[in-house]
Amino acid sequence: MCPAVKISKINKKYGDLHALRDINFSIGENTYFGLLGPNGAGKSTLINIMAGLVIPTSGAIEIMGYNVSTMWRRARMSVGIVPQELVYDSFFTVREMLRLQSGYFGYGPENYPWIDQLIESLRLTEKSGENLQRLSGGMKRRVLIAQALVHKPRVIVLDEPTAGVDVELRQVLWDLTRELHKEGHTILLTTHYIEEAEALCQKIAILDKGRMVALETTKDLLNRYPYRLFNIKFSEDVSVRLEALPDSLKKLVVSFKKNRITLKLHREKEGIGDVLEALISAGIHIVDIQTDEPGLEEVFRALTGEHSDE
Amino acid sequence: MNNRGFYTLFAKEVWRFLKVWVQTILAPVVTVFLYLLVFASVLSDNIEVYKGVGYTEFLIPGLIMMAVLQNAFANSSSSLFQAKQNGSIIFILLSPVSSMEFYLAYVLASIVRGICVGIGVWVVTFIFTISFVYNLMMITGFAVLGSGILGALGLIASIWADKWDHISAFQNFVILPLSFLSGVFFSIESLPPFWSKISYFNPFFYLIDGFRFGFLGVSEISPYFSLMIGSLFFLFVSAVCTAMLKSGYKLRA
Repeated sequence: MCPAVKISKINKKYGDLHALRDINFSIGENTYFGLLGPNGAGKSTLINIMAGLVIPTSGAIEIMGYNVSTMWRRARMSVGIVPQELVYDSFFTVREMLRLQSGYFGYGPENYPWIDQLIESLRLTEKSGENLQRLSGGMKRRVLIAQALVHKPRVIVLDEPTAGVDVELRQVLWDLTRELHKEGHTILLTTHYIEEAEALCQKIAILDKGRMVALETTKDLLNRYPYRLFNIKFSEDVSVRLEALPDSLKKLVVSFKKNRITLKLHREKEGIGDVLEALISAGIHIVDIQTDEPGLEEVFRALTGEHSDE
Repeated sequence: MNNRGFYTLFAKEVWRFLKVWVQTILAPVVTVFLYLLVFASVLSDNIEVYKGVGYTEFLIPGLIMMAVLQNAFANSSSSLFQAKQNGSIIFILLSPVSSMEFYLAYVLASIVRGICVGIGVWVVTFIFTISFVYNLMMITGFAVLGSGILGALGLIASIWADKWDHISAFQNFVILPLSFLSGVFFSIESLPPFWSKISYFNPFFYLIDGFRFGFLGVSEISPYFSLMIGSLFFLFVSAVCTAMLKSGYKLRA
């Protein structure tokens, strides 16, 4: 069985700027896949190459086995892309736009029940007769998603779909993409919200400065970060007493605030028992300890050296 | 061939200009009416371009064709450029519509708009004089050919343009001079010899002269020769336009 998306040695140069360097990976059918990376990492360029909006300098992309350059009609029929920008045609209403989009893909009135279904599931029913220009940003985002799904593509690409949307819409989108995934669709999601990728994606690729720096299942990626955080609360201000602790312990402190410290310990090399013993020996009275399991945020930061935009 | 995709894009382009018919149909008809009001009222008794043909009769076909050409250009250029500017062009670029289908849909919609405006202008000219039809086939043929050429030129201009200024420049420095210096208001024979010769290199001259033949039955050169020149020019602009679309020039990075 061919992968849903196969990306082979993709390079893209804009003059001296090497936007993508030798990107190689595949996305299996019915995978919920996350593509992460800081701004300017090349995520949108890669998606635009998949969409046929950007022509690669070298390399090839296949969608459901169809090369996006040579078998572009079938490739485009197989993919639905939700663009990052809130673009719309101000001449038409929601329903008119969806019917037009369906027509571009070769569908006629036989597709209208599916369009009605999309309008309903994206909670656009009340706005279906409204001109796109008059919709709020969130509603426009919903229409973009409906437009991407209007031809029932096997692969759905969402380029930062939840950027700037309210909590309610984010939940609607999460539910909808989960539903589509359950129905057998392959989902490719790019997002700045690391928690979103963690919650939804089975497999993740991380791009940084045009290079792929990670490609693993979400679980393996989380295991890549071998640290856990301990938040310890003391009964009093311990600034002076902490000074007396050995250097090996001091280097574990990542934050300190009067009667609270956060320590970062390697899962295998540094035991919490030794730390607690040293604190008690220094005469420090511990009130509470909380552990904090690392998330993708930390992995992302470790791999790219940057914070996410969240 | 994505027939439905082509038809949808064509229908959408026609629907788009019909939604704003006051601006796209009525306004140009009113403009031509004003031209006629001024020129025909002032000059009708003083100028006889062809023997036995009054100035108003001479002017009307030229003005109709000028409106057809300018509106065909406006249709494709404004629609595509607006879509490029606001990003909605992406909806067509993401779909399985080929560059040829894209080209045909936009050009055909421009032809429809050109002909709608042409009919509107023709009807309005009845206020001044009833212009009889000498050869309907010629009138239709030149109207379709001319609006097809200008539809394609509109696409070329909007693909090339990066801002509205560029579209205006194309309109003001290319389309407008070519249509004003094509014999709409006068016979090119009445020009000084140098400018008269230059006019023979203006493809719009052949379109207007041939179109006028369809109404008056007289023309400065053979309408069949004009048809041939117009067809060659149409092939040329179509080739340039489809090559631009196929290469993705300024549409696909």
